[in-house]
Amino acid sequence: MADYKDIIARYTAVPGGIIEAFHAIQKEMSYLPEEAIIAAAEAFKVPVAQAYGVATFYSYLSVKSRGKNVIRICESAPCHVAGAAEVVAALEKALGIKMGETTPDGKFTLEFTECVGQCQATPVITINGKPYGDVTPDKVAGILAAY
Amino acid sequence: MAEEMRVVLRNYGKIDPLNIDDYINAGGYKALEKARSMSQADVIAEVRKSNLRGRGGAGFNAGMKWNFAYGVQADQKYVICNADEGEPGTYKDRIIMENDPHAVFEGMAICGYAIGANKGYIYCRGEYPYVVDLLNQAIAQAKAKGVLGEFDIEVRMGAGAYVCGEETALIESIEGHRGEPRYKPPFPPVSGLWGKPTIVNNVETFANVAQIIEKGGDWYAGLGAASYPGTKVLTLTGDVVNRTVIEVPTNTTIREVIFGFGGGIRDGKKFKAVQIGGTSGGFIPESLLDTPIDFDSMTAIGAVLGSGAVFVMDETRDIVDVVERIAGFFEHESCGKCAPCREGTMRMYELMKKVKSGKGTVKDIELMKKLGGVMSVACLCGLGQAAPSPVLTTITHFRADYDAKLQ
Ligand SMILES: Cc1cc2nc3c(=O)[nH]c(=O)nc-3n(C[C@H](O)[C@H](O)[C@H](O)COP(=O)(O)O)c2cc1C
Ligand code: FES
Repeated sequence: MADYKDIIARYTAVPGGIIEAFHAIQKEMSYLPEEAIIAAAEAFKVPVAQAYGVATFYSYLSVKSRGKNVIRICESAPCHVAGAAEVVAALEKALGIKMGETTPDGKFTLEFTECVGQCQATPVITINGKPYGDVTPDKVAGILAAY
Repeated sequence: MAEEMRVVLRNYGKIDPLNIDDYINAGGYKALEKARSMSQADVIAEVRKSNLRGRGGAGFNAGMKWNFAYGVQADQKYVICNADEGEPGTYKDRIIMENDPHAVFEGMAICGYAIGANKGYIYCRGEYPYVVDLLNQAIAQAKAKGVLGEFDIEVRMGAGAYVCGEETALIESIEGHRGEPRYKPPFPPVSGLWGKPTIVNNVETFANVAQIIEKGGDWYAGLGAASYPGTKVLTLTGDVVNRTVIEVPTNTTIREVIFGFGGGIRDGKKFKAVQIGGTSGGFIPESLLDTPIDFDSMTAIGAVLGSGAVFVMDETRDIVDVVERIAGFFEHESCGKCAPCREGTMRMYELMKKVKSGKGTVKDIELMKKLGGVMSVACLCGLGQAAPSPVLTTITHFRADYDAKLQ
């Protein structure tokens, strides 16, 4: 795993690159540890409060530790009417956790998201950004098996 | 039945997006060459003549906007392609970028030449990491071929904030800040990214530009509706038979879209409502379906064309349930900078939850109307201004759904 300091160093020359750096750190660590935010603040020469303000503004960035695989379920209106609630229930049951929680083994986190732009195949979930469309409760086990 | 007309999606399914030669063999990058043989003012005049208006929701005349940035003296100017595509139910910019990335680059480069900018950014939403990869590969090919000349394009990835589609919030985000909208004026064409003159246009807007330069502004101005010419790429979702993407002339009616291209309502059910333009759009009842989809016709019926999302609901859908979900969206996506939006979206969501749970009264409906009226004028940016629209239009057109739940 790359050190977050090395990752940050790759972006300090990019104007406004702190968000790009956060993306890259999160790709490695699945969330933004506090030390990484402080290090980024130093590297980009902004107050820690400002770096933290950026990290917490965007729903894609997480300052809380998350599982290795982040499952997001779209709850926007088109997915909502297509049965997102049943998919939520099936995922919660399959993983034994509630929305917003992480499995005890640290493998999966369940989160809500708004539209991910795959609305030709509602309801939609994403796992680590990869979309799965037309999800039904009975497809859940098969999808999870790949992770 | 009306036919699809492919201007923006002219190469859809015909070329390999990751083979730049396919694009060039289909006539690509000729328009950029042509533009560069014209004067900057002539390029802008041609785009103005086409009457191309923004496809990102606000419908501003593109050539006019370019002219503002052209007229400002500055050592550096920027072109930004808005690929944040956050309106729920919308995926047309993804389809355009995935199938024809160079059409977008070419439009951006023509804009860059016209206004005097040598740097472009594409702000692509974080939900599309696979599109970011594709764009970067396509940019690398364009650079290797040298087709963009001095014009440089860089992709920046958003991070899941709907408000970052608003152009000044987007600019803040590229600068590495929280994506909060700026006070306007100054507008971006005068002072945008890092305080420099900046043109922000939607993906679909840029994808039209090369065709306009190639075939002429008059040709484009003659397509579709006169006041909002051209085509619009629409994404059909919800209870419609064909959940798909289409491109139609702007004088196509909503009825043709849903019952012609969309194939009607699923499972033999009846139509109840359609929400067009994304989640901030107004709800439209059956009686208004013969309205053409162009910007001004939609505005005239109290709705919007917006992003071109077409979300269809059948007779079994509970409007209050859907609007409550939408109110939750705005409560979550409000950036918190201005009080009318921060507080208003929260109170609106509370009231919708109350009505949905069966505890609402006629007074709550009146309160929502009043709150919505205040928000639509008092909020800083389009997010808060448009947020009450689904509530207000459904109270107008689908009051029975509310009444059935009131105490
Ligand atoms: C809350 C909000 C979200 C927006 N989201 C988008 C978006 O996702 N894509 C877009 O092109 N424009 C979006 N806009 C409109 C932009 O502010 C801007 O008008 C547009 O990018 C200009 O390009 P155009 O003239 O080509 O449409 C949004 C506006 C608001 C207020
Ligand atoms: S509404 Fe769920 S992916 Fe678009």
